[in-house]
Amino acid sequence: MPLKTSVSRRAVLAGAAAGSAALAAPSIVSAQAGTLRIGVLLPRSGLLAQAGQSCHRGALAAPRVLAELGYRVELVHVDTESNADIARTQAERLINDGAHVLTGAFDSGHTLAIAQVCEQRQVPFVVNIAAAPPITEQGLKFLVRNFQTGPQLVTNGLRLINNLITATKIAPKRAVFLHANDTFGQAQRNAMDAIFPRTNMPFELVESIAYDPRAQDLSVEVTRLRSLRPDLVLVVTRASDAIKLVRDMVRQRFEPMGIVSPGSPGMYDEEFYQALGPLADFHVSNLPWVNPKSAMTQALERSFAATNPGNRFAADGFNAGFTFEALLIAADAFKRAGTTSGVPLMEAIRATNLAEHVMIGGPIRFDEKGQNPNIGSACVQNRGRTPVVVLPEDNATMAPVLPMPGWQGRT
Amino acid sequence: MPFDFYVTVAVQGVLTGLVYGLMALGLSVIFGVVRVVNFAHGEFAVVAMYLAFLGFAMFGLDPILAMLPIGLGFFGLGYLLQRHLINPFVGRPEHEQFILLVGLAIVLVNGLLMLFGPDTRHANLPYGFDSYEVANVLIDKVRVYAAAAALVVAALLFAFFRWSRTGMAIRACADNLLGAAIVGLDVKHLYALTFGLGMACVGAAGALMVVLADATPMLAPAFTLLAFTIVIVGGMGSMAGALVGGILIGVSEAFASFLVAPSAKSMFSFAILIAILALRPQGLLGRKQ
Repeated sequence: MPLKTSVSRRAVLAGAAAGSAALAAPSIVSAQAGTLRIGVLLPRSGLLAQAGQSCHRGALAAPRVLAELGYRVELVHVDTESNADIARTQAERLINDGAHVLTGAFDSGHTLAIAQVCEQRQVPFVVNIAAAPPITEQGLKFLVRNFQTGPQLVTNGLRLINNLITATKIAPKRAVFLHANDTFGQAQRNAMDAIFPRTNMPFELVESIAYDPRAQDLSVEVTRLRSLRPDLVLVVTRASDAIKLVRDMVRQRFEPMGIVSPGSPGMYDEEFYQALGPLADFHVSNLPWVNPKSAMTQALERSFAATNPGNRFAADGFNAGFTFEALLIAADAFKRAGTTSGVPLMEAIRATNLAEHVMIGGPIRFDEKGQNPNIGSACVQNRGRTPVVVLPEDNATMAPVLPMPGWQGRT
Repeated sequence: MPFDFYVTVAVQGVLTGLVYGLMALGLSVIFGVVRVVNFAHGEFAVVAMYLAFLGFAMFGLDPILAMLPIGLGFFGLGYLLQRHLINPFVGRPEHEQFILLVGLAIVLVNGLLMLFGPDTRHANLPYGFDSYEVANVLIDKVRVYAAAAALVVAALLFAFFRWSRTGMAIRACADNLLGAAIVGLDVKHLYALTFGLGMACVGAAGALMVVLADATPMLAPAFTLLAFTIVIVGGMGSMAGALVGGILIGVSEAFASFLVAPSAKSMFSFAILIAILALRPQGLLGRKQ
């Protein structure tokens, strides 16, 4: 005789509720145990993958250093595929999966897409790298940026060029500004057009040339550059086009006093050193950089070596350093706030005051717009296929060398 | 501005255009005979670039020499592709051919991304930074070598179609498919041979491109678009037209970069394309249908 069982609808609902509570328990326990879950959104594939991977290596190195400092974090790494729509979708997914804070996203467009989601969901967003001014001009309450804006990059970059000229005693008369014709390059061009006339530089900017960053080579661009006879070439590049630029300069035997970036990636990337060998040396990038003399930088470098044995911290320092600092800011705020709840956590983030950190500059603090105004810039010169801080003197580990030696005979 | 700068730009444009022309030649040959438009053309060129890069990185094989084995390999690949994958689509609606080849292109690009990642790959040749100086005109050594190799491959292909019996049979298929079938030509085999030859051109051009540009999967759609532009300008199905179109596009882009703005150079090649479509739709050297 079959056994009859009857289950009431009320019993099913009660069981379901109990089951849900049991399933939810681990995340509650985790939050109570004092671990901050941070979603790290980076373009690890697609057009921006090279930089995104470099940032990712910094994120991989971060937990060990943060643990040494007494912070407990759990990182969830997500690829935005160099696509703003995917960045937005992944931000939603991370928040749904229980992320308490988001960091990223290297690109300004992706950053703005993620910021909208964070604002709606009241989840703090700490920007690691993204220079577009509107990010902190829209009154976003759940966003802070620990990176310079485009105009700040150019202003500091030009100031350091002046310092570089003084330090090396060169006397350039003419310069040409060559930039990638993409969002970042165009923003830098606008900043250059606005700021250069006010800076009293000792040389004339004879022309600005926009080039297609997807071009297969830059031979004609270099011919045009050569025809303008500049002493200094100011560039805003990415790694692959910086390689093409130097390669075609060598082929056309064009030797300016120096190639200087007033705030852009490209010439300090590992890809650049690998492709050009000794020809990668003596180029200068003026931009925020890791402070080689900071104890925290040295700790991050040790952790980086352990977690990324195939990569050099020297070449990844810029991306890895800012990505680490974004995580540091979130972890420190969590420790002070004592909660993972969005509103009080964001209040703690905005009240950040970290004197000890890894990038050159003053304490990490945020103004009313959520912008850190204390980020410094350094003059970084490639020496022995390694980016080395040569200015300001307080942070420098070598003296700058300009004019750069000729292409021939480099070993 | 000194005149030698203009000469330098013109020479750079012609030399680059010859390599572009070789790449487009493959597309033109395939379309001229098989009447299938290879929408995966640029993707195959990038696969050849990676093979040339690997040959250089692993065995120190110069990409200009690697052009021979890669061209042969691509010939075999093209033959098999035509026989087993593309032939069933010959004569079917064009959108079906389009979807098939675009699908193949997507598979190739994503396969390259999975295998090599998105970073650019460079073949650092010992003469990669050298240049010739002739009367104040500087010409890259790699560009001269690549253009010379492209000319040799194109000349061999012209000779094959002009004087060999198989080449004449392929031309017969292109001129009159029904007639060719009636006189007993093995059309399927000839189609596969043609596709193989077109692919060999792509393979050779891809290997040569490694000395001029860095390999990255993202280049593929740009190469496909470039090949189409050249073939339409030169004339669909015209072999000489592909080379002329390549040189025209190469030179126009070079002068647009030099005299107007480097970032606007593609605008000029597309302006030429639009002008050709409006004034001479069959292309510079194409035949009216």
